[in-house]
Formats: sequence, C-alpha cells, structure tokens
Amino acid sequence: MDLSSQLLQLLFSGLTLGSIYSLIALALVTTFNITGVLNLAQGEFVALGALLAASLYTAGLPLAAAFLVSVALIAALGALVERAAIYPARESSALTLIIITVGLSISLRGLALLLWGTDPVSLPAFSSGGPLLVGGASVNLQTLWILGMAAVTMAVLNIFFELTYTGKAVRACVINRTAALLVGINPGAMSLMAFAGSGAIGAAAGIFITPVTLATYDMGFMLGVKGFVAAAIGGMHNIRGAVLGGFILGILEVYSAGLVSSGLKDAVALVVLLAMLMLRPEGLLAASGRKV
Amino acid sequence: MLEIKGLEVCHGWVQALRGLSLQVSEGETLAVLGSNGAGKSTLLGALAGLYKIKKGDILLDGRSLSGKSPHYMVKEGISLVPERREIFNSLTVMDNLLLGAYHRYRSKKNEVIIDVENILNLFPALRGRENHPAGTLSGGLQQMLAIGRGLMARPKLLLLDEPSVGLAPLVVREIMSTLAELKKTGVTIILVEQNTAAALKVADRALVMERGSIVLSGCSREMMGDTRVQQAYLGRTRVVRPAAAL
Repeated sequence: MDLSSQLLQLLFSGLTLGSIYSLIALALVTTFNITGVLNLAQGEFVALGALLAASLYTAGLPLAAAFLVSVALIAALGALVERAAIYPARESSALTLIIITVGLSISLRGLALLLWGTDPVSLPAFSSGGPLLVGGASVNLQTLWILGMAAVTMAVLNIFFELTYTGKAVRACVINRTAALLVGINPGAMSLMAFAGSGAIGAAAGIFITPVTLATYDMGFMLGVKGFVAAAIGGMHNIRGAVLGGFILGILEVYSAGLVSSGLKDAVALVVLLAMLMLRPEGLLAASGRKV
Repeated sequence: MLEIKGLEVCHGWVQALRGLSLQVSEGETLAVLGSNGAGKSTLLGALAGLYKIKKGDILLDGRSLSGKSPHYMVKEGISLVPERREIFNSLTVMDNLLLGAYHRYRSKKNEVIIDVENILNLFPALRGRENHPAGTLSGGLQQMLAIGRGLMARPKLLLLDEPSVGLAPLVVREIMSTLAELKKTGVTIILVEQNTAAALKVADRALVMERGSIVLSGCSREMMGDTRVQQAYLGRTRVVRPAAAL
C-alpha cells in the first residue's frame, strides 16, 4: 500500500473515531453549560448503551429494536441519575458536582462489571458485505454506518438547536446561564433534558462502535476522557467547537498511531489536552461562543 | 404593590444588604442611587430571585416571594434587565425577544407575536435587524434589546440595572425617554443608575443606598435639590477628597 492510500485509509479511521469523540464532547459541553456540571460519567452511558444493546440482541431482539430500546433505557437512566444525584446537590460548588459525577462513573462501571462481567460482548455489523475500496483505501461498511449515524445525529441536533424554540432555549442556557435564568427558563427542566439527551447520544455512539471495537464494562472511562479533551480543544462553551475538537482529536490519534507508533494513541490525547490548557485554555473557537 | 421587609442578603462572608425595607406603589418609578458596592445590584438580584435571602421578606401584591427561584419570579411578574445587558450574543434579535416571553410562548403564541411588534415600535432602531445576531449590535441597541427582552415577560415590576452604563449621551437620552414612555403604560419600575441626573429626571421617587442600607430617600425633585445628593452624585459642587485636603 503506498503512502497516499495509507494516509487516506487513516483519514477514514480518524473521521470514524473523531465522530464518536465529537458526539461525546457535544453531550459533555451541552450538559456542562446548562447545569455547570462536567459529567465525567458520560463515558459510562456509552458503555452501558453498548452492553445493554448486545444483551438485548442476544436475547433475541432484532438489531434495530435492540438499538432503540437500549437508547431509550439509557436516556431514562440519564434522567434518573440527574434526579437522584445531581438535582439534590444543584446548589453545591462545581467541585462537589464533579466529584459526584466521578462517584457516579465508578458506580455505573461497577454495576456494569456485576451485570456483564469482564468479557467483551459484541454485536454483528449492521450490514453484511466486504469492505469498499475508495481510492486505494478499504473502508469497512460499519465505518460508513458510524459516520452516517454521527452525521444524522448532528444534523438532527442542528435542526433542534437552530430551528426549534426549545432548542434555542437550550442554546440560551449555553450562551449565558444567568440571562437564561432571568428570562424564566427553568434550569431544573433543562438539566433533566440535558442528562437524558446525553444518555441517548452516548448509548447510540456506543452501540454503533460495538461491531468494530467490541464492548466491555470499562470502555467508557477512556471515551469520556477523550470526549473531555475534544471539548477542551473546541472550548467548553461552544457546541460547534466540541464537534470540531472531536474530529481533530480522532484524526491526530489515528495518524500518530498509524504513522509513528500505536502506543502513542492515548498519549496524544493527553498531550493535546495539556498543550491546549497551557496555550489556549479558552479553546479554538472561543471567540465566537465566549461569554462577555 | 411591592413591599420589602428587613431584607438581608450575603455574598459569602460579605453582607450586601442589611435589613433593607422599602415600599413601591403601583405605577411608580423609583430610582436607586449610590456608589459602587452599596448593594444596589444585589437588591435587584434578590428581587429577581438570583440570590438567597438570609432574612426578611419580599411581598408582591401581598404575596411572599422570598426564597423563590428566578423562573418563578418572572412568572409572578418581576423582570430584571441585568447590568451589562447579558443578551444572548449568538442568537438573533428576534430569538432574544421571543425567549423573553419564555413562560408564555407555548400557551399564548399569538399574544407573543403581537408583543414583539409592540417592542419594535417602542425601539424602532431594532426594526430591520430582527435576524442579526444580537452580539453584532452596538452597545445602545443591545441595551434596547435587553430592555425589550425584559418587557417581553409582560412584567408588573421592571427592574433596570444601570441601563446607561457605557453608552453615548445621545443614546442615554433616547433610552431614558423610552423609559418615560414606558411609565405611561403603568408598569412599575425600579431603576438603578450611576447617571444620577438622568435617573432623577425619569423617576418619581429616589433613594440613596450606602453599604447595604437606605440612607436617604424622597421624591425626585427633593433629591435633586438635596445638597448631599448634589455633592456626591451630581457633581454640582467640588467634592473635597481627603487627599486633596492635605
């Protein structure tokens, strides 16, 4: 395989990985700005969604039904977690809330370990057939599913945020929380919606990557960290920045793993995080979304 | 219509309001004057439900609103136009206005559309810019938008925190004349201002706050004639500062 087709091959992998990071970052940023909570349990929604869908599928549900049921249940779990753990502590400091989400993350991971054990579970690819050849690179069909799912999710969210009144109210919370309070937006209702939405998006992302990466009880932690790095790249106050950050991180990871050493994959994310925090802590797209 | 009884609010260890009591009657415009840190913004914030009340009570038309959250206050008819405007920068002017009517948008959409039209009549400078991102407007227009957004809640009590700050004198005059216009609609207004002269011109009554309490109050004409107000806030006589006296 020559270099250009290898680069193209890696680009596809990077975009795929990046789209997953983008979705996680998007959920993180939206929740963070509405509630002031950096939800470090976001990755756990990804893992639980994937594990649950795999179990439902094994129990005999068709793949599509397993997907929908799992997404709905994890959305409900997100809402439950918000009411049980976040809402009662909403007056607490940001640090307290972050530590609560760390506790949630550990508990949910423990729950997953109890229910599913340590063995990875899998789902079949969403469509059969060999890889497609594009310009010398071979593209797995599941990759296309993932990219398509990410594109559809982002398009739907974009319509929600740009065209619906509720979506604009959510954006208003993201842009200026105080002002959102002052126009009478109920932060409790928004917070509930943010956590349920985060659960649904996380679960969907987890289910789509499972045919490629398999699902394990502890897959969520690293994905949550990567989502946070992606959000930090784009700026914690900017939804578009989070999406961009996800793709940048995914492509960087795949290129450094593919061209230099595969051991670098996770290190890259953390180096990028450090560099961003030192050089441009407000994020790449800060200027447009920054609170003045 | 509004009665505040012995209100105490703390920001951490600092007591910002020290047992403040106050009555405002229907349709009145009250100016709140005072230097930085006197507790003026805290008073408005407490009325809007932003701060926890340590002691005392807020009664609107006889009903206690102490300890209620901001969205409840908006529903009850108290609307705060905050300091530094706090508009939604990347949303359009129209969206800012529509969000101002958040608590009734879904139930009374037609009414809201009519109200937007009324706001645009009140601030004609905003007309034609409905689809511009609010952050691209000039400071004066942003202030008009912030007031317009506050009015979209159809408040009984409108709280304005330093609407003239950072604006050109001509724009200040325009905004103040709009406030005079608003007064005619019967809305009760509490106006916090550094621009004392402009505030006294619009207000029926004024009070001066210092370190969390009211130290002086009276009708606007009295206040304009009061030597203490003139010295401290209107700059009519040279204020002798300790440093200058040495």
